[in-house]
Amino acid sequence: MFGLSMAAGLLVTLKNLTKKPFTVQYPEERVKQHPRFRGEEFVWYEERCTGCASCAKYCPLGIIKIETSPSETQPQQGDKYVLETFDIQLNRCMFCGLCVEACPYDALFMGSGFEQGRYSRKDMVITIDDLRHADKKPSTYLRPQLESANYDPRAGKPLDWKEVGRESWDWHLREKAGMRLSRPTLPGHADGPNAVEDSDSGQDANRNPDNRDTA
Amino acid sequence: MSGLYQVIYEAAGIILPSWMSHLVAGVSIMMILVNAVLMGAAVFVWMERRLIGRFHNRIGPNRWGPFGTFQPFADMLKLIFKEDIIPANADKPVFVLVPIAMLMPVILMMAVVPFAQHTALVNLNVGVLYVLAVTSVTTLAIFMAGWSSNNRFAMFGAARGVAVLISYEVPVVISLLGVVVVTGSMSLADVVSAQTVPFLLVQPLAFFVFLAGTSAELNRTPFDVAEAESELVAGYHTEFSGVKFALIQAAEFGGVAASAGVIVTLFLGGWGGPASAYLGWLWFLLKVGVIAFVFIWIRATFPRLRVDQIMALAWKFLLPLSLINLFAIVLEVFFLRDASGVLSVSDLWIMAGINIVLAVTAIALFGAMIREKVTPNKWQPATVPGAGLPAGEVR
Repeated sequence: MFGLSMAAGLLVTLKNLTKKPFTVQYPEERVKQHPRFRGEEFVWYEERCTGCASCAKYCPLGIIKIETSPSETQPQQGDKYVLETFDIQLNRCMFCGLCVEACPYDALFMGSGFEQGRYSRKDMVITIDDLRHADKKPSTYLRPQLESANYDPRAGKPLDWKEVGRESWDWHLREKAGMRLSRPTLPGHADGPNAVEDSDSGQDANRNPDNRDTA
Repeated sequence: MSGLYQVIYEAAGIILPSWMSHLVAGVSIMMILVNAVLMGAAVFVWMERRLIGRFHNRIGPNRWGPFGTFQPFADMLKLIFKEDIIPANADKPVFVLVPIAMLMPVILMMAVVPFAQHTALVNLNVGVLYVLAVTSVTTLAIFMAGWSSNNRFAMFGAARGVAVLISYEVPVVISLLGVVVVTGSMSLADVVSAQTVPFLLVQPLAFFVFLAGTSAELNRTPFDVAEAESELVAGYHTEFSGVKFALIQAAEFGGVAASAGVIVTLFLGGWGGPASAYLGWLWFLLKVGVIAFVFIWIRATFPRLRVDQIMALAWKFLLPLSLINLFAIVLEVFFLRDASGVLSVSDLWIMAGINIVLAVTAIALFGAMIREKVTPNKWQPATVPGAGLPAGEVR
């Protein structure tokens, strides 16, 4: 009324002038990234990988290429197939995370990077050497064991292959030694009928959210 | 002729013959003018981009130099190195002349603005008239740009620009008459010395009209139909690139700086202020900064008006206001001046009191009168053919 709304409009812009800008000066400062971010440069643990190629089969785009060869020793004795090729064509990847979901041994994780831009398409293919030498800072996407440990790939330290699985390392030791006596227990069912008192793995049992490894 | 020209002429005349000292004085004045306008344009570009950024909750240019101060120079360098295209069907001589015709009035306008005491480059006794005459050349330049480009968007922009400029010239001139009547002189130095009370208070209506009119003449946002980016590609300078575009941009932003200088001189007391004999330039720059901020603030706030709204604002709103202002000022000067025709400070304060009330009343009254009477349509559901027919009827 009487042009007062014009003055009101001017006041609105003046109020915005005094506010802090929203801009994040990207290369110098970054927004906080969610730990479950599905990023580039997959984190892959060769020690955990059996070369089963589940990830390659589940990939909707078929951009993962895996070649294996039988290992020198017998697989029955605890050794596994040797990975010769593990190529991921990042230029076609849509980061759906199905490969990570498919991996039965927690060997493949989403990365947390987003700065892998290259000048040619050939450079966009991640080879097995890139995967071996990449920063082992897995995203917690589809990995509840990392998420419940409050792991932050941007801030946290690189994780060893023994630390990232759903099972505890003790479980592995006993698995290899044929000592699979105790059924891993869920945190809520620690006093269930199948639970066996095991002082050694009492803490680790909390980190086993599922019991797919039982015989 | 007096002011800085005279000073340089006399200083050079000690060792040089008369004609050569005229040359020296002229060339140095031109150097000062061109550099003042271009630097003013650069500073204003930087200020505008930073402030508009902050108005938008952004930061604005900040990569080049401290707080992005080198950004205008980087832009200018980029534009200089770009290809300078002249369209095949353009009217070449006119097309080439356009940037010069755009920049010239801005540079000339700065010549009579006193930066500090006795520091006007030329102290013209018809300074106000000169400023008005020189700024009108922009109209011609805009029309030249539109016509010579041989481009429909440029032509539309130019037609709109000329219409706006001619319309807004009228209220601007009439509002300036009030200033001249109170001052009793057309010289800008006299206008400044007459402002014992800033004319912003003595005639707020004239200031309002002049600010709006200058905004329109500078093609700034509420009135920038001539180069409406969202409707015409870039308006009259659609076809200009490279150095020509750089010069047109310099003229546009330098024009804002120069107009801010003129507004400060006419309405805010110019270089006047505490210790103005020594710090006049500082007061002048501060006031120019304030006016430039107001221009940027208005640009950040108001959306672009339609062409008919702009015309209505000029002829139905600003013109009556400027006439009311002129009428009131003439009556007040007639009744308040003493026998020698001089207004004292108390007279000016009385005028200020009357005119502020008058300004508020007149703006409210005419603002209510030109308000668009919008009757919202009552919503009706879309009529489907055959919607009223009973279900199952075979049609």
